[in-house]
Amino acid sequence: MKIHEYQARDLLSRAGIPVPPAGVVETAQAAKEAFVRNGLPVQVIKAQVFAGGRGKAGFVKLVKSADEAYQAADFMLKNRMVSVQTGPEGIAVKKLLIAAAVDIAHEYYVGLVLDRAKSGVTVMASAEGGVEIETVAEKNPAAIIRRTMHPTIGLMPFEARNIALGMGLTGKQAATTADILLKLSRFFVQYDCSIAEINPLVLTKTGEIMAIDAKLNFDDNAMFRHADLQAMKDDSETDPLEVRAAAANLNYIKLDGDIACLVNGAGLAMSTMDVIGLHGGKPANFLDVGGGVKKEGAIEAFRILLSDKKVRGILVNIFGGIARCDLIAEALIQAGKEVGFRVPVVVRLEGTNVEKARDMLAGARGELPTLQSATDLNDAAKKIVAAAAA
Amino acid sequence: MSILVNKNTRVICQGITGSGGGAFHTKGCLDYGTQMVGGTSPGKGGTQDANGLPVFDTVEQAVRATGATATMIFVPPPFAADAICEAAAAGIKLIVAITEGIPVLDMVKAKTYLAGLGDDVILVGPNCPGVITPGECKIGIMPGYIHQPPTAGKKNVGIVSRSGTLTYEAVWQTTQMGWAQSTCVGIGGDPVKGLEFIDVIRLFQNDPATDAIIMIGEIGGTAEEQAAEFIKKHVTKPVAGFIAGRTAPPGKRMGHAGAIISGGEGTAESKIAAMRSAGIVVADSPADMGKALVQAAK
Repeated sequence: MKIHEYQARDLLSRAGIPVPPAGVVETAQAAKEAFVRNGLPVQVIKAQVFAGGRGKAGFVKLVKSADEAYQAADFMLKNRMVSVQTGPEGIAVKKLLIAAAVDIAHEYYVGLVLDRAKSGVTVMASAEGGVEIETVAEKNPAAIIRRTMHPTIGLMPFEARNIALGMGLTGKQAATTADILLKLSRFFVQYDCSIAEINPLVLTKTGEIMAIDAKLNFDDNAMFRHADLQAMKDDSETDPLEVRAAAANLNYIKLDGDIACLVNGAGLAMSTMDVIGLHGGKPANFLDVGGGVKKEGAIEAFRILLSDKKVRGILVNIFGGIARCDLIAEALIQAGKEVGFRVPVVVRLEGTNVEKARDMLAGARGELPTLQSATDLNDAAKKIVAAAAA
Repeated sequence: MSILVNKNTRVICQGITGSGGGAFHTKGCLDYGTQMVGGTSPGKGGTQDANGLPVFDTVEQAVRATGATATMIFVPPPFAADAICEAAAAGIKLIVAITEGIPVLDMVKAKTYLAGLGDDVILVGPNCPGVITPGECKIGIMPGYIHQPPTAGKKNVGIVSRSGTLTYEAVWQTTQMGWAQSTCVGIGGDPVKGLEFIDVIRLFQNDPATDAIIMIGEIGGTAEEQAAEFIKKHVTKPVAGFIAGRTAPPGKRMGHAGAIISGGEGTAESKIAAMRSAGIVVADSPADMGKALVQAAK
């Protein structure tokens, strides 16, 4: 799950990690007042959207007076932000973060990340902050300190102190950084993070250590125990079809192509996209309807696929294990009658109750003229790519 | 021979009365011939499940009464890691966790707990279809009838996979090609799990009944690259493979919690290249896994 910059900042601040004074506003007048309250000569106003390219679009601005704050905020709230990531129609901005711009002496990196190979959590730190840690890892791996966190005890204070010293910090600043590391490691566990990184963690010219920007990723599987994170969920920038699919318990990701697919199982769904690609098509989506899919879910899945205007064909690929082929066939026929298949549909079924399903589809051929059957996955992909291009 | 499970394996189901499908899949296993001997459901000890099997409050009671050595877990995600630890503490040696959606940090703790009990406890999954030795024992949710038990005149393939339905594809295709399967292991789609590719491939290499291996991976992590390295050094049997997710965009979780390309790591290209350089025949299309096996075994 993604959260906004201001929300990450709030969470870290509540965890006791020092951040520059800031406020979140929804009007230009409030931005003006926040500038005064923050009380620093230079501040930055940032649109709170997920889409990247804010700076270039003019939606991140340095301001030096309350009036400048008012004008910048007014611009961001009245205009839609258009960037490479938003599409030409742009997106509306509802919230702004207005934060003190600190004078930076040095930028550091501290973070924790789930390490799959070790089945644990790795703590990382570097004196080379302000750029992506992957870039540092590639160019100068020796500049990154890595420690495996104990899976049940967590990060120990002495480990945090050693890491801070290893980053080249000394005295009070090393102590503060060690404290931040401990707080961040506890935050990571408490909130079921998969990534929690502060980048940059800065040393200001006045000798303070502060978190300027953070990246927090949370484990979707753990959302049931984090009502506060669930309340932060903002779907306003998510594709409406993905929101609709999530409501129907369907695992759907919209992509750029024009051949839709409906599959059971994540691995098979990915492979179905791949095999469309292999035969010269472009997949329009990933869709795993799951093993326990019911007829209503399958029908909603067809509705969702068909409401993507770019879609020029649908490939249905089911290997019935728990999911029964006859149930998918029934849903397919009913969806065809209700929604109407405006595009070619190629069906490849195998597994539980496949004979019954084939009979049902054969019986419905008269009503569903765009329906074709396929013998295997290669055959299915070839047929749908050809049919969609026709 | 086979690996992990055979006709003597005695199995209980944790979460046998719950909404996770415990009783339904217990029936599927019973019908296949698995020695399902009971189940657990805290608070329902002393009753029977829909199949007439005894239900116990704890795994310890179930083990004492039934002599079970393996468990199949359908306990809901918030309690599933606890169920894994409970099984291990009660002396169960093979834990097959079917449950999807367990928090990753719960699995980190559970693995630490299991490691503390010694290395003879084997965890398969979570978020996996289970393990099957065709004709002998099925622990999990896979359709049994697509498998071909070892038969005179047929060669046997061992299959290991991160994906359920892709395993079924591979089983189906190899059966069509005239092969039998020694054992099929779904290791699951989660980032932190029990058996990894290397562990299962080592078992297959040492199993006299397994003639060749199919390894099915997907984007995310580096387990396939590590397995390829292991195969290059230690595996003498023919290996075929497939990797799902060539067309998956980076940064998106493709259904499985573990199927995500992040920080440039975990791409299909990297895995396929590593596997090919280890001499594995990698199918370009999922429809060609059976053909890849035949080619590898030539």
